[in-house]
Amino acid sequence: MVQHFRPAFMMLLLFTLLTGLAYPFAILGVSQALLPFQANGSLIVQKNGPVASAIIGQNFTGAGYFHGRPSATSAPDPADATKTVDAPYNAANSSGSNLGPTSQKLIDRVKADMEAARAAGLSGSVPADALTTSASGLDPHISPAFALLQAAAVAKERKLPEERVRQLVQDNVEGRLLGILGEPRVNVVRLNLALDALSPAAAP
Amino acid sequence: MTMIGWLQIGLLFACVVAAAKPLGVYMARVFSGEKTFLQPVLRPLETAFYKLSGVDPGKEQNWLAYAMAMLIFSLFGFLSLYAILRLQAVLPWNPQGFDNVPPDLAFNTAISFLTNTNWQSYVGETTMSNFTQMAGLAVHNFLSAATGIALAIAVTRAFVRSSAATLGNFWVDMTRATLYILLPLSIIVALAFVATGMPQTLLGSVDVTTLEGAKQTIAMGPMASQEAIKQLGTNGGGFLNANAAHPFENPNAVSNFLSIFSMLVISAALPITFGRMVGRDRQGWALLAGMGILLIAGVAIVYGSEAGGNPLLTALGVDPSGGNMEGKEVRFGMAMSSLFVAITTGLSCGAVNAMHDSLMPLGGLVPMFLIQLGEVLPGGVGSGLYGMIVFAILAVFIAGLMVGRTPEFLGKKIEVREMKLAMLAVLILPLVILGFSAVAAVLPSALASLANNGPHGLSEILYAYSSATGNNGSAFAGLSANTPWYNTTLGISMALGRFAYVVPVMAIAGSLAAKKKTAESAGTFPTTTPLFVGLLVGIILIVGGLQFFPALALGPIVEHFTLLAGKTF
Repeated sequence: MVQHFRPAFMMLLLFTLLTGLAYPFAILGVSQALLPFQANGSLIVQKNGPVASAIIGQNFTGAGYFHGRPSATSAPDPADATKTVDAPYNAANSSGSNLGPTSQKLIDRVKADMEAARAAGLSGSVPADALTTSASGLDPHISPAFALLQAAAVAKERKLPEERVRQLVQDNVEGRLLGILGEPRVNVVRLNLALDALSPAAAP
Repeated sequence: MTMIGWLQIGLLFACVVAAAKPLGVYMARVFSGEKTFLQPVLRPLETAFYKLSGVDPGKEQNWLAYAMAMLIFSLFGFLSLYAILRLQAVLPWNPQGFDNVPPDLAFNTAISFLTNTNWQSYVGETTMSNFTQMAGLAVHNFLSAATGIALAIAVTRAFVRSSAATLGNFWVDMTRATLYILLPLSIIVALAFVATGMPQTLLGSVDVTTLEGAKQTIAMGPMASQEAIKQLGTNGGGFLNANAAHPFENPNAVSNFLSIFSMLVISAALPITFGRMVGRDRQGWALLAGMGILLIAGVAIVYGSEAGGNPLLTALGVDPSGGNMEGKEVRFGMAMSSLFVAITTGLSCGAVNAMHDSLMPLGGLVPMFLIQLGEVLPGGVGSGLYGMIVFAILAVFIAGLMVGRTPEFLGKKIEVREMKLAMLAVLILPLVILGFSAVAAVLPSALASLANNGPHGLSEILYAYSSATGNNGSAFAGLSANTPWYNTTLGISMALGRFAYVVPVMAIAGSLAAKKKTAESAGTFPTTTPLFVGLLVGIILIVGGLQFFPALALGPIVEHFTLLAGKTF
């Protein structure tokens, strides 16, 4: 038994140096040199500094923007650190709702959101991604159907022709790679940046 | 379900099968000590490691010494990782100033990573410093995977050798697995991951001012290097809480495809290595076929149940054609989310790209059952292969009983001692899973951790102990597992699931290696035919079904029927 102590200790030490330090730092060096945009979080920088990561969703609330999916992320309650409060798109604490398919809480939440959507003038059946929370709470994408559904309201708020806004959505649909891999989707942050570029004056 | 969905699934399996052969043959060469193309670069490093550690690579070990070396290596790993977690605050690269990890969580996490489970009771981005992630957790992603591969190779040698006393040298096998297999693949995959958008930085987080003028703090870190080995080593422990569902840990369809490919490829190649080393390639393909059949059936059930959507939400006006999107990401869609669910649990990986807690009842049943089948479809790197060999021994034994002959597998007679040890190994899983689940289901402090009521609550408990004991690491994550009860009992479950399983398996290997290899005769039950594959699949299903069906009936199955009846909890 004791004869295994030295190899166990030394192997652990050597592999910690190799796989725990040399390996990640080698990847760090190469990726910072060759792929700095991706390696630093795909940040979109405008004149006043970074406004978004191109692949992390944001919590859009204004009527002049396309909205992302509901998000179940939370943050510590500033008043009581043992509790949490809802904080949609909290990119420092990713999380899904973890509600099961027979959860009353899930049904109540979807029902309330659906009523709000109906009150806002939405009719017919609503795309699933519009009323469900994502796995990470940070989903940057929505389905093209959900984006088109919002086009009329956004166009009205921005005082743009609806056709122009619908065209903007279509231009921002990302397709499948090689026509096979992935799902058609719209990146909400990029779409809203394009919208701001189109009518900066109307930006809230 | 759509054609394009199945096309994506088919493409993935085709790529894995295509890669399994060359990788499997390469691994057989590595562990047989033959020349490989990486030797000029890695041989000096390998030799230096042996010299510094006082290892004589020519000196072989019997099964007990091999197992002891593995256990002591794991114990040292546990102690060092526990120390890193407990001392995090004073160690470097802690940009967010995270505190030391509390004792029960450190205990759980240390066992979790060294058993290749990667159950995570914590939220990565609010708990672990960059140093802990790199020099603590990721190191054990390599070493626990390498240990699994080494054990599988030792068991393989039991069938290669005749009247042998030794099974190889643990230190040599473990070193070679890391240097020649895991590290080179990780470097390639990590760089590919960065190219898809995965961050690799020492920054802890970045603040951005959103388009609407709010402040958003975005967690960052050296993720790509860790993600690569997390998938390749079937570890599954994410850098961030949402794991491979987080846009940083899995930015797009390409990274998702590569993630699934990476987690599957070594486990799919190891049966080929086995076949090559025992001198019968067809045996490797037969084992792989058995694994593949059940895995594809699992994928089909998950995909079918998720793609139909949740009827309770359809009734409220949600379009069912989008499928059950709660807890899923738009960029992966139904097909690639469902595929991930089945593969991460057929393997003992446990990474997730969708929240398993929010799967439909039958969609959630599949991952739980795949874990309970013993993590052999195709299982964790190494652990899947030796688990499958235990089932193969069971299968030839039962076939032998049916025709009244002494069972043999690859020229080795399977006798009383091997059968007793195999049963011991097989019974660990139900004993630990059902035992702890039963206690947790009546213990008020354990029940307080549930996020869902009704049968789904029981599923959360059952899933947790299945995942821990099967060394999977995925979760019905609504369960608040960061409590002294769950941290302790899940920690014990993980240790038993790994070590109480592998020691009897090594004893079987020792016993088989000592036997003479007998020549095949007309009365030998052939173990490379479709008949054998069918028998093997049947045995896996029957053993798993008998053990776990009653518990599953009270969880996901009853939930399925209450859902159809429109009842909520």
